Amino acid sequence: MKTSMTPDARAALESAGYSRREFLASSGALIVTFSLADLAGTPGTSAAQQGGRTAASLLDSWIAIGADGTVTAYTGKCDIGQGMFTAQTQLIAEELSLPVNRVTLVACDTAVTPDQGVTSGQQSHPANFNHSNLALAGATAREALVKAASERLGVPADQLVAREGAIVVQADPSKSVTYGDLIGGKKLTIPLSPTAKRKPASEWTVLGTPVPRIDLPALVTAQFQFVHNVRVPGMLHGRVVRPAAVGATLVGVDEASVAGLAGLVKVVVKNNFVGVVAEKPWHAIQAARRLKVTWTPGTGLPAQKDFYEQLRNQKPTRDTFLINSQDMDATLAAAASVVKATYVYPYQSHGSLGASCAVADVQGNKATVWSPTQGVHPLKHSLATLLGLQPENVRVIFVRGSGCYGINGADTVSLDAALMSRAVGKPVRVELSRRDEMAWENYGMPFVIDQRAGVDATGTLIAWDYEGWSAGLGGRPSYDRPGNLITGRLAGFEAAPLTPRSPAPAPTDPLDNNRNTVPSYLAGCVTGRCLGAGTIKSERVLSHRVASPFFTGPLRSPERLQNTFAHECFMDEVAALVKADPVAYRLRHLGDPRLSEVVRAAAKAAKWDTRPSPKPDARRTGVASGRGIACVVYEGGNGWVATVAEVDVNQDTGTIDVKRFVVAQDSGPCSNPDGMKNQIEGGTLHSMSRALMEELTWDDQKVTSVDWRTYHTFPLGFRIPVVESVLINRADAEAAGAGEAAATVVAAAIGNAIFDATGARIRRAPFTPERVKAALTLRPV
Amino acid sequence: MGIDEDGFRAGHARGANEAARLFTTRIGHMSQIRLIVNGHTHTLDLDPATPLLYVLSDDLGLRGPKFGCGLAQCGSCTVIVKGQAIRSCITPVRTVAGTAITTLDGLGTLERPHPLQTAFVEEQAAQCGYCLNGVIMTAKALLDRNPKPSEEDISRAMSGILCRCFTHERMIRAIKRYADGRQA
Ligand code: FES
Ligand code: FES
Repeated sequence: MKTSMTPDARAALESAGYSRREFLASSGALIVTFSLADLAGTPGTSAAQQGGRTAASLLDSWIAIGADGTVTAYTGKCDIGQGMFTAQTQLIAEELSLPVNRVTLVACDTAVTPDQGVTSGQQSHPANFNHSNLALAGATAREALVKAASERLGVPADQLVAREGAIVVQADPSKSVTYGDLIGGKKLTIPLSPTAKRKPASEWTVLGTPVPRIDLPALVTAQFQFVHNVRVPGMLHGRVVRPAAVGATLVGVDEASVAGLAGLVKVVVKNNFVGVVAEKPWHAIQAARRLKVTWTPGTGLPAQKDFYEQLRNQKPTRDTFLINSQDMDATLAAAASVVKATYVYPYQSHGSLGASCAVADVQGNKATVWSPTQGVHPLKHSLATLLGLQPENVRVIFVRGSGCYGINGADTVSLDAALMSRAVGKPVRVELSRRDEMAWENYGMPFVIDQRAGVDATGTLIAWDYEGWSAGLGGRPSYDRPGNLITGRLAGFEAAPLTPRSPAPAPTDPLDNNRNTVPSYLAGCVTGRCLGAGTIKSERVLSHRVASPFFTGPLRSPERLQNTFAHECFMDEVAALVKADPVAYRLRHLGDPRLSEVVRAAAKAAKWDTRPSPKPDARRTGVASGRGIACVVYEGGNGWVATVAEVDVNQDTGTIDVKRFVVAQDSGPCSNPDGMKNQIEGGTLHSMSRALMEELTWDDQKVTSVDWRTYHTFPLGFRIPVVESVLINRADAEAAGAGEAAATVVAAAIGNAIFDATGARIRRAPFTPERVKAALTLRPV
Repeated sequence: MGIDEDGFRAGHARGANEAARLFTTRIGHMSQIRLIVNGHTHTLDLDPATPLLYVLSDDLGLRGPKFGCGLAQCGSCTVIVKGQAIRSCITPVRTVAGTAITTLDGLGTLERPHPLQTAFVEEQAAQCGYCLNGVIMTAKALLDRNPKPSEEDISRAMSGILCRCFTHERMIRAIKRYADGRQA
């Protein structure tokens, strides 16, 4: 990519073999290619992650080994701070028996990397570390090299091994041939071989070890290029001017209000989209500040205090039965006791530390965008829709932004930059203000969940009935939906509509528990096939989706966290009712051995005090301490986790001090144990912040939690608990996800620990001191 | 309705008010400003009200200081001036003209990292790494004036620094590792 490429980007891509045509035309190479049919999805991968690819967007190779022995691997899963760059480099190094520093990984650039949808939902480990995609490409390349060496050396393939960039005769290591020599001047293109065998875990020396983060030395010395640091020759700076209220539309822009302002290049208006472009960031900030824009009043927002009542009554709805054994009323009528409770989870912000930023260069019918998006290929198509360009003329290059935890402002700011670059015909960099970032996000969804359960005379759960309401609008831009984001909507595109459906049709077979709507304790039977993790046979799970006044989208463990909060607190309530120990009671209703094992492992490591909750003789004033547990099979089959939380509750002030977390997690093989721990620690503390403090606020016109004074989290100086991780390494199991599972169970574990300490059940997140105190006053005397 | 709500009005921090006040000064007036950054002197033609952050990251192309909030609420933009960790997002460039400024870029290099930077690598203390600038520079200022900080001292110094990936535990460990190493 020509003149406007940043020096860093150019250098990185050129050293990585970006000029693939030149690369192929050079002396020789071995290329592992694939067809669309080979590009495997993973269990639980959403349609949005899979769908929408067109032939034109297909890039067809995973690995290229040059005649000089250099190995370049191409991946569609990027490093958003979770360590995927390092882990995937380890994977290729392992499969090709090379040191890590001899592998170059190129990630997420629509011009050179395969379309693997979105890097999200802890899908990267299952997608690329099993028997398809990147891992299979590594195995395919090694087998091809072994085969070529067998012919060259006249030694049967089963007597050869790959070692340090060469194929070596096992019995006589002096006989060997390097990858470079094998390839020589030849051009070998080999298809992905579905039968290629991966190296068994027992032989791993790189994968499965705590290889340090490859990017970290550059990060700590300020050499790392974030998207915020991308500089393109001739680049200008844009700033958006968002509406004054939700739903407000543009009445007029008074360009005279900024006439003659230093550095101002252009005021950009497209439908309701308004922005300014200037020579320097400070010029753009001032121009945006001064520009007089008139908006209609907003469409009005529901009063926040009544919001959840409205949520459960709002029409129309889209209703879905996940499970319906059709015997609920009868089973509950026959139950020895019936328990009911309602749980509430708020809208929350991604709240990235850095405001989102992107650089776009739209010239004529071509566009190049440097973006921190989680999905370069989907964004490329959405940009094409937004700009009216052919998708093949749009290139999106991932450059890391501030950690996103889902869809923060990364995609919307990419559209902002593209609109402004098109308007001025020059590259434009846009960095959002803190307020623009937080007032117009695709927030994590709010939920209201009613739970009902019946137990028999022996205290065993015999029925579980879930009914939940959530609100959604927009989401990821997908391959053709710029309107799923604020920028796209302002520019005249619609969000994906809510398709009303009521009553819900019968559940679909097989059970899809991708959003953990179904509690772990249910048998999960649909038309006789039972895919749940539990044993309860009388089961009903009904969800209602309504339209949200705010944009929503995936936020770390989207929906899974909200549902699990309700399931795991409720399980605790039932256990308390029948005076059972929360760990033992869980185990009694679980059928999935991997989930039982993490529950046991967490309890053991935490030295779990086996007894019912609440703690006997708990004091009713001052500080009380307690422990709670929660567990989940993430997405119903993509990671198993259990967490024990130990808390102190100050019953006079209502403050919660979490002292310790013990997390047991099974994600199949641990590809990088320290990376996995880092994700567990981060996910756990992030969710603690969400459970204790984070909540979107609004008035009758607009969002009011727009910075770190109005949206609360805890800083580095906060008294943080120890997070102890117990990694269950299943070397021979399928690779499952590791980035979000631990985040899923934290709110429930804390809520259960509060109950254990005080006897007060808190059913609404976040657990602010006021809410804790209110729950304490509701305790039976 | 005129737009008069952006990041600057939202902040209650002293710095934000300062930044808001600057809007009332004449815009676009340029002057020559001499900056000493990481030991190098630069003479630049600038609007003296420009927050230092933009000068460092845009005019000088440094990658250490970063924009997080522009409101003195997160620490991403931290640089060291006269031994103090300051927030460059709300510091008008004119107020630091002629004063030595140190950014993360100037602390150490890839080849010769500062031992505090090394401590962060040894503890593998980052996820996305966006916050590292604020964390390391704030810790550096603390440890320079107080080589043997107590837990309490570290907590206090770090009380205005955010890491939204929540790498808290490893980062505090890295700071302590460096402090302990210096005493050993
Ligand atoms: S960017 Fe300066 S404190 Fe947040
Ligand atoms: S590592 Fe991402 S914000 Fe700290």
